[in-house]
Amino acid sequence: MSELREKIQNVIETEPVALFMKGTPQFVMCGNSDRALRALRGAGAPVTAVDILPDPAIRQELSALSGWPTIPQVFVRGELIGGADIIEELAATGELEQKLETLLGPGYRESRDEHIIAVA
Amino acid sequence: MAIDPLQTLLERAFPDAAEVHVEDRTGGGDHFQVTVRSRRFNGLPLLEQHRLVNSALAEPLRDGTIHELRITTRGTE
Repeated sequence: MSELREKIQNVIETEPVALFMKGTPQFVMCGNSDRALRALRGAGAPVTAVDILPDPAIRQELSALSGWPTIPQVFVRGELIGGADIIEELAATGELEQKLETLLGPGYRESRDEHIIAVA
Repeated sequence: MAIDPLQTLLERAFPDAAEVHVEDRTGGGDHFQVTVRSRRFNGLPLLEQHRLVNSALAEPLRDGTIHELRITTRGTE
């Protein structure tokens, strides 16, 4: 496994909520990444963001790992939840908060700091 | 890319679909909204429903002719 793929996998496995996006939460570079981020923030999720733009290899390795072709991608406790459409739909029905509570525990909102991790 | 090739790919992948709709969101031929309503989605988790649509459009996603894709899926129940 490439070093980059290992780093990406490590983020997916260790971060409670990992958002692979175009840009950063402070400077979002894509409408779909923005929709996913807003929905996660609305649900009080502790988001760890990874910008995929610095190196095209990040997106390639990520999609190879997840089997998901588009950006953004949201993982909770290592499980792929979906892209922007799914996250928005789950947020609208309240299922996103349920899922976060199930996977992270009822106190998940307390640690709602946003982090940024660079993988390349 | 025009709407028609995407429509054809989706109709081929979901021959029994109650609805297949492709919309060019910006008029630029690379930002699309697709809607598929099919009984194949009945009882399937949303993630798996979107996976089926993504794999139907794997080629235009891979070669970059689809720059941005929004997916709406519905079962028929």
